[in-house]
Amino acid sequence: MLYREAGQFKTTYVEDMAIFPIRQDRIALAVLLGIAFIGVPLLATFHIWPFGSDYLLWAILLPFLILALAAIGTNILVGYCGQISLGSGAFMAIGAYSAYKLVTGVHIPLAWLGCAISIPPLSVLASILLGGLIAAGVGILFGIPSLRIKGLYLAVATLAAQFFFDWAFLRIPWFTNYAPSGSVNAPELNFFGLIVQSPIERYLLCLLLVTLMALLAKNLVRGNLGRQWMAIRDMDIAAELIGIRPLYAKLTAFAVSSFIIGVAGALWAFVYLGSWEPLAFSIDRSLQLLFMVIIGGLGSIMGSFVGAAFILIVPIMLNLIPAELGVPLSTETIAHFEFIIFGSLICYLLIKEPHGFARLISIGKEKLRLWPFPY
Amino acid sequence: MPSIACNALILATVASGVVVSAPAAAQNEQFIPILSYRTGPYAVNGAPYANGVVDYYNLINERDGGINGVKILVEECETGYATDKGVECYERLKSKGPTGAAFINPLSTGITFALTEKTATDKIPIITMGYGRADSKNGAVFPYNFPLLGTYWSAADIAIQHVAKELGGFDKLKGKKISLLYHDSPYGKEPIPMLQVLAQKYGFEFTPIPVTHPGVEQKSQWLAIRQNRPDYVLVWGWGVMNSTAVKEAAAVAYPREKMIGVWWSGAEPDVTPAGDQAIGYKSLMLQHGAGKFPVHADIEKYVYAKGKGSTDSGKVGEVLYNRGVVNAMLGVEAIRKAQEKFGQKPLTGEQVRWGLENLNLSEARIKELGFDGMLKPIKISCSDHEGTRDGRVQQWDGKSWKIISDWYTADEPLIDPLVRDVSAKYAADKKAQPRECSKES
Repeated sequence: MLYREAGQFKTTYVEDMAIFPIRQDRIALAVLLGIAFIGVPLLATFHIWPFGSDYLLWAILLPFLILALAAIGTNILVGYCGQISLGSGAFMAIGAYSAYKLVTGVHIPLAWLGCAISIPPLSVLASILLGGLIAAGVGILFGIPSLRIKGLYLAVATLAAQFFFDWAFLRIPWFTNYAPSGSVNAPELNFFGLIVQSPIERYLLCLLLVTLMALLAKNLVRGNLGRQWMAIRDMDIAAELIGIRPLYAKLTAFAVSSFIIGVAGALWAFVYLGSWEPLAFSIDRSLQLLFMVIIGGLGSIMGSFVGAAFILIVPIMLNLIPAELGVPLSTETIAHFEFIIFGSLICYLLIKEPHGFARLISIGKEKLRLWPFPY
Repeated sequence: MPSIACNALILATVASGVVVSAPAAAQNEQFIPILSYRTGPYAVNGAPYANGVVDYYNLINERDGGINGVKILVEECETGYATDKGVECYERLKSKGPTGAAFINPLSTGITFALTEKTATDKIPIITMGYGRADSKNGAVFPYNFPLLGTYWSAADIAIQHVAKELGGFDKLKGKKISLLYHDSPYGKEPIPMLQVLAQKYGFEFTPIPVTHPGVEQKSQWLAIRQNRPDYVLVWGWGVMNSTAVKEAAAVAYPREKMIGVWWSGAEPDVTPAGDQAIGYKSLMLQHGAGKFPVHADIEKYVYAKGKGSTDSGKVGEVLYNRGVVNAMLGVEAIRKAQEKFGQKPLTGEQVRWGLENLNLSEARIKELGFDGMLKPIKISCSDHEGTRDGRVQQWDGKSWKIISDWYTADEPLIDPLVRDVSAKYAADKKAQPRECSKES
């Protein structure tokens, strides 16, 4: 009744090709963006519940946004192009450390040539975006094996990237500007004179970048390139026969995916952590991103957000519930319960709906179309 | 049918999350968050420490009715020694209680690095007793960091002093080989710059050997040690890494007498899993060791006798338990000091920071508190957030830790230039203007 596209006639090609062809979807998105861009900052400024403290912004919304961005990147590679990757954490690290190097200035002396490569310190935004580009370059490099190896074997090859970069950022002191502890600090977040410092400013910055990138990704996957990726994913030989070049399709997927993950990595380091070590981008992070994509739904931008929310927020909620209810449990017991319940929830979900939240959402939409008179 | 049950369960879980109960907070309470880890590979060391902390706060509430009548309110949050969870816990707890967190104590160098900037913005002091950033000794650059009782640079210097003493003088260090087996994280890397300075000064050959988190895999590292035959191996481990190191040393027949652990690698859970293989293993002491002192009698009387203890009473007096007690005591004394200036009421983090910076525990006061024999007098100032830098060495005899050395004091003139350089670099990175300690009252 409410969600029905009957009567929405499309009279131009532009209307027909819109990202969200159904009016109700557009309204829902507008409301969501309105809440995110206007509602949340307003509530936070006036400290209205649940924004009484910075907790929700700092510890939930900020990491959620950044990890959702990284999940979108992972989803492009794994969900749309079908190339299983266990190296997402490494590409986040590349984004973070390249941005860090660029923002502090790069100096590589080439003694044997008698000269040096020197890049003066760049602005924060340029560093973050260039960090993403460097991650894209490295992504292409590590994507080359995907032309020969497939499926789980490729996953192992990307695992090599993960371990290599873990090692590199831990062992090569140049990357950390010779910091004695190997832990580096983010620079002051200066965006054209505007200094981003408070949680709400950080939130808005991430929200803006995430919205832009999500729109970019949504547009890409329904265009020429996205269709090539999906063709490769569904059956690479058939795709080749209809004239899609696997080299181009796979490497662009690696590049776009790594770019988005790289930007997410730079944001994670600069905006969320503020001070980090390679452990922040370990194999655990890669697996976490892969789970977000699988639970959220392979091949769905919306699913990346829902998956990120599920993996990140549900454990925290589970951990908070006993204290909020005043149940006298030790932190130890709560931590164990958190694992048990969260693990069972994942099992339950994947048995009930192997295609993740994205599929649940589309089933919901179908049902809503027929509501209240299902047949 | 099971599906319905499951749905009901999930619904119940979700519904219970929606109910937000606000516990009625009494106004005369000082909130102190506890970031602890009782699960994961570091739980063997994290749990006794947390028990010590909780028991001491309970003691203050039960015996004295709080700090000058201000009850201590605590909440624990499980970090699992993971930096991201630690940050989440900090955000969760920082503004609880009537005045917010009095101070924070993450018991993880990684979390300390991640929180250093946040705590300065939120004006909550971060106490890192015997760990944390070594350069934060400089209170001018790090007003909110308090690496009380000793940093890793002090520890490195004390360890080398002990090695020199065993060898028969600092001149004997020349040409010797000393390896550092370290946990590959900011914690384990922290002593490296100091050991490099010491290696240059005394002419010994220094080799750092990293062990990946969590440290149960050390075969290749110990093979390298067997080949290289260093004269001493310093162990900078935590959690299961420590006991694994001792076992692996035994497996390659490296003498345990030549191993010296840092003060975080010298507790009961580090040696007992290795059994007899651990006999002879040495470690530094962060002033105190194991054993019971007058304060423990009070803890047993006021906390354990009332059934409020957080562990079995047999574990009271273990090394890490004692460290938790000492840590809680220093925090409580800082609040007490701050109350002298700001009044006997719940204080904010900023006010407690003043108390920490002006903390001055004389020998008489330490005795009064029941820590006689555990601690030396400590005095904090703006330029010295460490307070004291003394340590001893203990050795495991198979049953208990035996103190085998006299007191060592870390060489301040040697460490200070490094503190100055590294903290100045931090200030420059952050574009922060250091305070002028000479102008502070």
